[in-house]
Amino acid sequence: MAKRIDVSGLSAFYGSHKAIDDISMTVEPRSVTAFIGPSGCGKSTFLRTLNRMHEVTPGGRVEGKVMLDDENLYGAGVDPVAVRRTVGMVFQRPNPFPTMSIFDNVAAGLRLNGSFKKSELSDIVERSLQGANLWNEVKDRLGKPGSGLSGGQQQRLCIARAIAVEPQVLLMDEPCSALDPISTLAIEDLIGELKERFTIVIVTHNMQQAARVSDRTAFFNLAAVGQPGKLIEIDDTDRIFSNPSVQATEDYISGRFG
Amino acid sequence: MSHTLQDQRPTRARKSAAPASLTRGGLPRWAPAGIAALSIALGSGIGLAFDLHSKIQWGLIASLLFIGITYAASAVVENRRQAKDRVATSLVWVCFVLAVIPLLSLMWTTISRGLKLLNGNFLTHSMNGVTSFDEGGGVYHALLGTIEQIALATLIAAPIGLLTAVYLVEYGKGKLAKAVTFFVDVMTGIPSIVAGLFILTTWNLMLGFGPSGFAGAMALSILMMPVVVRSTEEMLKLVPNELREAALALGVPKWRVILKVVLPTAIGGISTGLMLAVARIAGETAPIMLLVFGSQLINGNPFEGAQSSLPLYIWEQYKVGSDASYDRAWAAALVLIAFVMILNLVARGIARWKAPKTGR
Repeated sequence: MAKRIDVSGLSAFYGSHKAIDDISMTVEPRSVTAFIGPSGCGKSTFLRTLNRMHEVTPGGRVEGKVMLDDENLYGAGVDPVAVRRTVGMVFQRPNPFPTMSIFDNVAAGLRLNGSFKKSELSDIVERSLQGANLWNEVKDRLGKPGSGLSGGQQQRLCIARAIAVEPQVLLMDEPCSALDPISTLAIEDLIGELKERFTIVIVTHNMQQAARVSDRTAFFNLAAVGQPGKLIEIDDTDRIFSNPSVQATEDYISGRFG
Repeated sequence: MSHTLQDQRPTRARKSAAPASLTRGGLPRWAPAGIAALSIALGSGIGLAFDLHSKIQWGLIASLLFIGITYAASAVVENRRQAKDRVATSLVWVCFVLAVIPLLSLMWTTISRGLKLLNGNFLTHSMNGVTSFDEGGGVYHALLGTIEQIALATLIAAPIGLLTAVYLVEYGKGKLAKAVTFFVDVMTGIPSIVAGLFILTTWNLMLGFGPSGFAGAMALSILMMPVVVRSTEEMLKLVPNELREAALALGVPKWRVILKVVLPTAIGGISTGLMLAVARIAGETAPIMLLVFGSQLINGNPFEGAQSSLPLYIWEQYKVGSDASYDRAWAAALVLIAFVMILNLVARGIARWKAPKTGR
């Protein structure tokens, strides 16, 4: 069920400002691809173009092609809602729906898209919470509000919510940057398990994290403030961290950047 | 009022970089209360001594004394900066008391004069066959009219106002949204008599309908709509954008995101705003006078014939000028205040019940 993403010649704009310029890359199915690079280089913007969330921002506009297997996400007649069901997303800050219980949060994606039988729904909720390694911690209080959980638990709840709709691809925008090391470890273990079933793309500022969880790493950079971000290189994570082919990548990874 | 957390460096020690000592003299905790009691006593004493009749003058003298004594005492015992801090605190307290006194006085007057007549008989009878100078009679027809007119006005204004606010926050871009915002602002300033005249010319004179509760409700809904739009708009803006994005990223269509995520998150504030709008129109008299006309009989049908309403009833009874009618007016005023207050409590209950829960 995991799908390959093939991006070619993609540029994204905020109004007249070009945020990322002419990016082409391939993301393999059932693998973890990490995006690293300095702040403002367009990693998150690029990630959001992969499930058409970029255009939700006022003035957001995209040029180029994103192929999901053999379908262009930006082709004519493509429904962004259908794209987002296929390509799920986890955000930087945990954002469970405050009016809903833990159960309803996980079931939200399904329930908001149509009606399900109660038994069917509880099966999916249990499976998703187990998938997110949260089931044992919350199984006795599924009816309690999701905002009562700790930050790390909330983030895993958001991951459970995202995988409950059975997407093909999971995009993660710095999912651990608001969490402590132990919760981070839990999420990283989870990413390792999830890549058996999903294609995962993760944006991270933590180089060790990229090295730990990802199979391939892409390095983004921008020439100067106000210039659009560019993809510098994408390669196997081992190679990026040991012997990158571009000098800028080595400078960034070894901390000699700027 | 504890001041232990503030910078306690004495101003005299400014020449040397470090203060000689970290402790300083301080007024005792009961000082503000003590100074307040002292200045009230002094204010009353001065009022008596100079034979001032107005109690307002006594109060103003006491307020000024309170602020002055606070500053002086603090400046002597503590330091200048502390004194300024205490003066600011005292000013806030004085303003609070000045704002609360009229409210309490109003409540007290209404309750003490209204309770005299308020009983089951008053609430369940109309003024049918009771002449203005007689005792007896009741407020039932007016209460019924108020409830029906407000319910109809809310039924008209709440959906339109809510949908307008959703449009402005979730969809509105460009010139149309700006124009809508502008006209909502203009509508906020429409005097109620103008709204009444508008309905009178269109509904009654041009279309030829007679006076009815519904005509009044239409005028009230014109007054209510901008208040609903404004308050709902503010509440919807408070919903974090992350929640919208989270729902959109799950592949939920935008209209469902609004219906199932945005509105439930804001429902507490929206219902409070709605109740404030209801309270705003509950006391309107002018459009009711023009359009509902007023009646001494029970008329349960808001679409046909004249009705009464509580504010109109109060005005009518006051105008008569007999002791019996004054009592009726005060009791009706109490009923109106209680009615609005009960609505407010219900709204707060709903808000608390529906608000985002944070407990474990």
